[in-house]
Amino acid sequence: MQWINTLVQGILLGGLYALYGTGLSLIFGVMRIVNLAHGDFIMLGAFMSLLVTSMLGLPPLISIAIVVPVMFLLGFLLQRGILNQTIGKGLMPPLVITFGLSIIVQNVLQMGFSADSQGLDAGALETASIPINDQISIGIMPLITFIVAVAVLAGLQLFFNRTKVGQAFRATSDDPETAELMGINSRQIYALAMGISFAIVALAGILLGIRTNFAPTDGPARLIFAFEAVIIGGLGSLWGTLAGGIILGLSQNIGAQINPTWFQLAGHIVTLIVLAVRPTGLFARTRDS
Amino acid sequence: MNRDRRLILILSIAFIFFASFAFWAGRGTMNTLTEFFYLLAIAQLWNLLAGYAGLVSVGQQAWIGLGAYALLVSTDDIGLPVYAGIVVAGLVAGVLAIPTALLGFRLRGGYFAIGTWVMAEVFRLSVTASSDWLGGGLGRSIIVNNLFSSPSARITSIYIVAIVLAFGTVALTQYLMRSKVGLGLTAIRDNEDAAASLGINTYRVKMIIFILCAVGTGMVGALIALNQINIIPKSMFSVNWTAFMVFIVVIGGIGTIEGPIIGTIIFFLIREYLSDFGEWSFIILGVIAVGMMLIAPQGVWGLIKERVDVEIFPVRRLISAERLKSLGRG
Amino acid sequence: MSFLSVDNINVFYNEFQALFGVSMTVEKGETVAIIGSNGAGKSTLMRTIAGGLIPSQGSIRYDGADTAENSAFEMNRLGVALVPEGRKIFPSLSVEENLKIGGYSNRAGQWTLEKVYELFPILKERRNNGGTDLSGGQQQMVAIGRALMSNPDLILMDEVSLGLAPIIVNEIYTVVRQIAQTGTTVILVEQDVNRGLKEADRFYCLLEGKVSLAGNPADVTQDQISKAYFGL
Repeated sequence: MQWINTLVQGILLGGLYALYGTGLSLIFGVMRIVNLAHGDFIMLGAFMSLLVTSMLGLPPLISIAIVVPVMFLLGFLLQRGILNQTIGKGLMPPLVITFGLSIIVQNVLQMGFSADSQGLDAGALETASIPINDQISIGIMPLITFIVAVAVLAGLQLFFNRTKVGQAFRATSDDPETAELMGINSRQIYALAMGISFAIVALAGILLGIRTNFAPTDGPARLIFAFEAVIIGGLGSLWGTLAGGIILGLSQNIGAQINPTWFQLAGHIVTLIVLAVRPTGLFARTRDS
Repeated sequence: MNRDRRLILILSIAFIFFASFAFWAGRGTMNTLTEFFYLLAIAQLWNLLAGYAGLVSVGQQAWIGLGAYALLVSTDDIGLPVYAGIVVAGLVAGVLAIPTALLGFRLRGGYFAIGTWVMAEVFRLSVTASSDWLGGGLGRSIIVNNLFSSPSARITSIYIVAIVLAFGTVALTQYLMRSKVGLGLTAIRDNEDAAASLGINTYRVKMIIFILCAVGTGMVGALIALNQINIIPKSMFSVNWTAFMVFIVVIGGIGTIEGPIIGTIIFFLIREYLSDFGEWSFIILGVIAVGMMLIAPQGVWGLIKERVDVEIFPVRRLISAERLKSLGRG
Repeated sequence: MSFLSVDNINVFYNEFQALFGVSMTVEKGETVAIIGSNGAGKSTLMRTIAGGLIPSQGSIRYDGADTAENSAFEMNRLGVALVPEGRKIFPSLSVEENLKIGGYSNRAGQWTLEKVYELFPILKERRNNGGTDLSGGQQQMVAIGRALMSNPDLILMDEVSLGLAPIIVNEIYTVVRQIAQTGTTVILVEQDVNRGLKEADRFYCLLEGKVSLAGNPADVTQDQISKAYFGL
């Protein structure tokens, strides 16, 4: 029974990791940039929510309405103002810049909020759960997180397939120069992509903050979880990222069940095995491989 | 006198000059210089890795940490003399760099960077998990009294090793760039596919550089361990080590040998000046590095060279700003 | 004032200069051919007019505006469409999506998805196929249809016959003539000199990045063209 509980928690945790991973792979897919500050922006979202909730006295879930748009704008401006300048200049500049941003954001958060762990107070929602039987219960927050993740992925799929701007995203991802010939401003698309990535990241940060305590230096670990969900699932595969997140969540929970210090290590090991055995990921679109 | 001879002369004089400090300088001076030289060494190695081989790793803390623990085990547990321990530290890092490279090289573009970070985390967590032996998250201390006759002998020995490593990495980079490997690297950097079609084994060249950098950084890790005595996984495997390397190299000038030297000097000045400001010093360093990458990607040394025609290390295959720009267009 | 006037432009790729003081004019409704050997700078000239490259010197005026500094997407919005060399179909978009993305700028005009399908009925059949799953000739139709979807006033066609069977080339050029008859200005790049001269009202011949000959196909001799083409 304990094990079934572990598996259920692991699967639900996968939803959170899918949110992390989607933001990372979206911008890699569109502009081939790896954002090393991705995890720190997740933490920024969580702390922004902490600020909003404490200043305005709003519940954390309501703070989404403020934090997500603000983060969208921040991502948009980051791309427009800084990262677009590095387009076409090779691998190094965006990596160095986002690595620098990672260090900057971590230290700014530490200055603003101290190095201590904090939590978002969502009241009874934090611990509420649906009992299945005596030993198994499903936490409401993990369930909400999972549902949000599925909704975000479904929304992105609709966006890419059904909307004009979504098709422009795909065209730009394929071939930015030819996309420009179609009247698509690729720089605008890049800024939008970063904005969307930031919005997803903000959502993930708030959901993370409600279910667990968080600290300013937690960013790099979140970046790594995002990366692992993407690598396990396969680059460029939307639903693969969810599957990757679930496998990561399961690995971590099973690892921790065996030995509490193996939580992260188990996830890393599974990622490395996938990388060794199937470097394109388990669910990659064949076109990308 | 040709340029190579002149360079060897300059390096020798500089080495003797700094080595002489061991006889007359105070502890404080030597401690500061030790830190300066080991930071220079690891920055120069990251420069070789990222600036010359195009391998942007953010997991170099793996080798610092592994080097530190290898020294701890080989001296404290096995009883090797301290200098043998430093060599073992380099070897352990070098051996573990092989599987790291085999896995990491499978990752496309920037994902390689995160892959190296994951490997560093795997090493950190593995060390942390072995609490009985290595002290777990709390770490262990090196019993330095067994290794050195006196505290001042320790400081002097560490200082000497630090300058040897710093001058060694500078000489290594210079040597590699003038060798066939350097030629291969330049070809890879200009156009990897073209280089491969010319029969250059790009995979092997990258692998060699990756392992060499791990060996050097591992030895510096051993040195840092001897300097700090307390070996804690969280600080030994801290990504801040890589942050230092990146900031130093980017500020000084990536893809040049002079860049990391100038970068380390600037880094030290900034840090000394801002040491009271805690987080601020990191933020300011980060802002400078980001700004540098945007405005002057060739770094301070590049800016100097635009104005004055100097070149201390005649490599003649420097990564120029135009090169950086044209890399992506290819 | 000509509809398009390119005046004395120099164009570089990094350090490599591809065009040297090239000038040309195109009047509204004309079909103009650009001929020349491989590497003469034909595609560079097309990409520069379309905004994909910015000349380091000289001016480009299109429809009364100075457009030398414009980006490709801005030129598309002003009514310039390029059918790029090599077709450049978007692989992750279906045939229909490829066509629709051509209309991204929302320019009003006669061309709609249905009109393009009338022009190329085979594309309607294959509308849900991946854009790159088609034969070369069909991909070329997608590339032309995609350019038409932006309702261009000026359409630039770069090597539309390259690698296609002669019968397909004839089909494609029948369509090109139809497009020209609707009043759209056409500039086409052709490596097949005879084809280029046959289809065009006027021509420019490029040699090593410079205009080596220009005029009316009827007014020049085979010998003049050979000299301009090969630089003999």
